[in-house]
Amino acid sequence: MYEDMVTARLYEERLQDEYMEGKRPGFDISAGDIPGELHLAAGQEAAAVGVCYHLRDDDTVTAPHRPHHVAIAKGVDLKRMTAEIFGRETGLCHGKGGHMHLFDPDVNFACSGIIAEGCPPALGAAMAAKKRNTDSVAVAYLGEGAIDQGGFLESLNMASVHDLPVVFVVEDNDWAISMPKDRVTRPDDGSKRADGFDMRGVRVDSDDARAIYEAGGEAVARARDGNGPTVLEVQVHRRMGHFMGDPETYRPEEDQQRAADRDSIERLAADMREFGIDEAELEEIRDRAAERVDEAVTWAKQQPLPEPEAAHDHVFTNPPSGVTDEEPEFPGSGAAAGGDD
Amino acid sequence: MSTPTQEAVGRTATMSDAMVEAVAHEMRADEEVFYMGEDVADYGGIFDSTTGLLDEFGRDRVMDVPISETAYLGAAVGAAQAGMRPIAELMFVDFFGVAMDQIYNQMAKNTYMSGGSFSVPMVLTTAVGGTYNDAAQHSQTLYGTFAHLPGMKVVVPSTAYDAKGLMHNAIRDDDPVVYMFHKRLMGIGWMPAPDGPKTPVPEEDYTIPFGKADVKRQGDDVTVVTLGLHVHRALDAAETLADEGVDAEVIDLRTLKPLDRETVLESVRKTGRLVVVDEDYQSYGLTGEIISSVAEADLDALEAVERVAVPDVPIPYSRPMEDAVIPGAEDVAEAVRSVGK
Ligand SMILES: Cc1ncc(C[n+]2csc(CCOP(=O)(O)OP(=O)(O)O)c2C)c(N)n1
Repeated sequence: MYEDMVTARLYEERLQDEYMEGKRPGFDISAGDIPGELHLAAGQEAAAVGVCYHLRDDDTVTAPHRPHHVAIAKGVDLKRMTAEIFGRETGLCHGKGGHMHLFDPDVNFACSGIIAEGCPPALGAAMAAKKRNTDSVAVAYLGEGAIDQGGFLESLNMASVHDLPVVFVVEDNDWAISMPKDRVTRPDDGSKRADGFDMRGVRVDSDDARAIYEAGGEAVARARDGNGPTVLEVQVHRRMGHFMGDPETYRPEEDQQRAADRDSIERLAADMREFGIDEAELEEIRDRAAERVDEAVTWAKQQPLPEPEAAHDHVFTNPPSGVTDEEPEFPGSGAAAGGDD
Repeated sequence: MSTPTQEAVGRTATMSDAMVEAVAHEMRADEEVFYMGEDVADYGGIFDSTTGLLDEFGRDRVMDVPISETAYLGAAVGAAQAGMRPIAELMFVDFFGVAMDQIYNQMAKNTYMSGGSFSVPMVLTTAVGGTYNDAAQHSQTLYGTFAHLPGMKVVVPSTAYDAKGLMHNAIRDDDPVVYMFHKRLMGIGWMPAPDGPKTPVPEEDYTIPFGKADVKRQGDDVTVVTLGLHVHRALDAAETLADEGVDAEVIDLRTLKPLDRETVLESVRKTGRLVVVDEDYQSYGLTGEIISSVAEADLDALEAVERVAVPDVPIPYSRPMEDAVIPGAEDVAEAVRSVGK
């Protein structure tokens, strides 16, 4: 668990540096090796690891726009994920998806950048497991800002009515971009959403990885044993802005300070020391994680960019005739309409 | 009211400043005008669409809302039917799916279905466009989708001058107006705009009527019809072509509904050659609409046509592929060359 958390943290810090490469001076979102938006989750690792530790490859996870820590905890191929973020041909999605849209069928991982829209597909995965009489489960991750969205609320009802093996993990980092929870969401405790749907709701009030691990284990086991869905909300502390380049002028200094002070990784390390794990061992874990991150980034950057024509692949699995991998020729385009060409 | 011309003013403004000026003016003039959306208060709009409005008008009139597009866009419909003049912002047009019923079945149809007993004087503002590698859920323009659905007026400014005049008109209009602003034109710090959209803008209010296209460049050889960001790409292409001895006329549609077919037709009657450029998907879209309008009205006027649009693929993430599908100035120039002179 500690190793995955450290990997996720180092990964995010490395991506932050890589992202800024080529964007200075000033900040041009479309410049550099990793363009587009980048939402980092440094500080939220406990929520990912604490729950995903209980999952198998055949369990499904749907992640939102801030997916890397969850992807790492679920065991998504780190090299190919990194190549995807760099827009490379050998990336998880051949450069089609990018950082908010990572798909790894080997471990049943998918993403969506549309708020709360990972919830309904998680229901579907849970439904498939139930219909096939397997004991796999589905976990949908979302932010506390997403619990006001219809897609989430409709999913709760359906999960409850159909008694589906699904866990909704709400990562409460107090902010939805610039909007603090207390201005846009009632009640304060998102796990209470479950009450109205006659299902189980649990809130873990700190980003203590061990507490989340316990609550996550219980929720996953319930789902796996056929005892129904859970909303599990966990308090996390995001260290960075909403996205890279976010001026964060709306975020009070205390809030940033609180995120810096309450670091779930440091907290877990302290616990481990107390259990008698010595510093050298922790150091070794950190070194291993650092090496893994470096390997992934180095590998990814050596990968080729896709050919421009590849944009036409993968629109369909089974392309209808007339839709090919090449730029379509439209009859008449460029041709003379009234006179000769 | 006389409309001051661009040439008569000394000061210039970015497109976002021009839009905000119009909104602020209308809010001062009419208590019934208010603005709501995600991150529109403290943040000032992710794309600077509401900068400074919170300071002047306070939270009652510049409202951050939950991430609940169905609820707040529908609330705008209800407030508009109650006689207020809400402006509701959908952060990216790509998110329309989560609230399409409120947009398409309520906002757009209630006037008609009520036999005219209700009007819906609201403005739906939304950011459109790619060119910075944000992938398929954050890069669409969807001009065609909104213009296709009956009951809403659809506005797409390309310069600060137009943005302000069209915004005044949009707020004063008694019908629902979809005001689509291209991110790349706004003049946001982190997303450099081309030079074109920053224009002289009068301090006083003025309206630009809907349904009046603007000839942004006069020319005799070929008519290039486009809108939004691609007005500037077409103008760049026209400069290149001028060096090659081809004189292109560039028409900026400015509004898609109502659509100024007359100006296009008049130009094609002069040049005989038509190129339509769109950042939206090619099939069933603007390019087909313009070409068929001209063909229906005067087939003989058409000597050659070409369309340049996004082939029917979701917008890919990786740069070489995104560059390939979103038309650039060179693609426009190529199309103009291919229709001959
Ligand atoms: C339907 C929809 N509306 C709005 C957005 C824009 N958006 C992206 S992230 C975000 C805030 C999400 O907050 P939260 O769910 O708390 O997650 P966090 O970013 O804090 O991890 C918003 C409004 C979106 N992606 N999809």
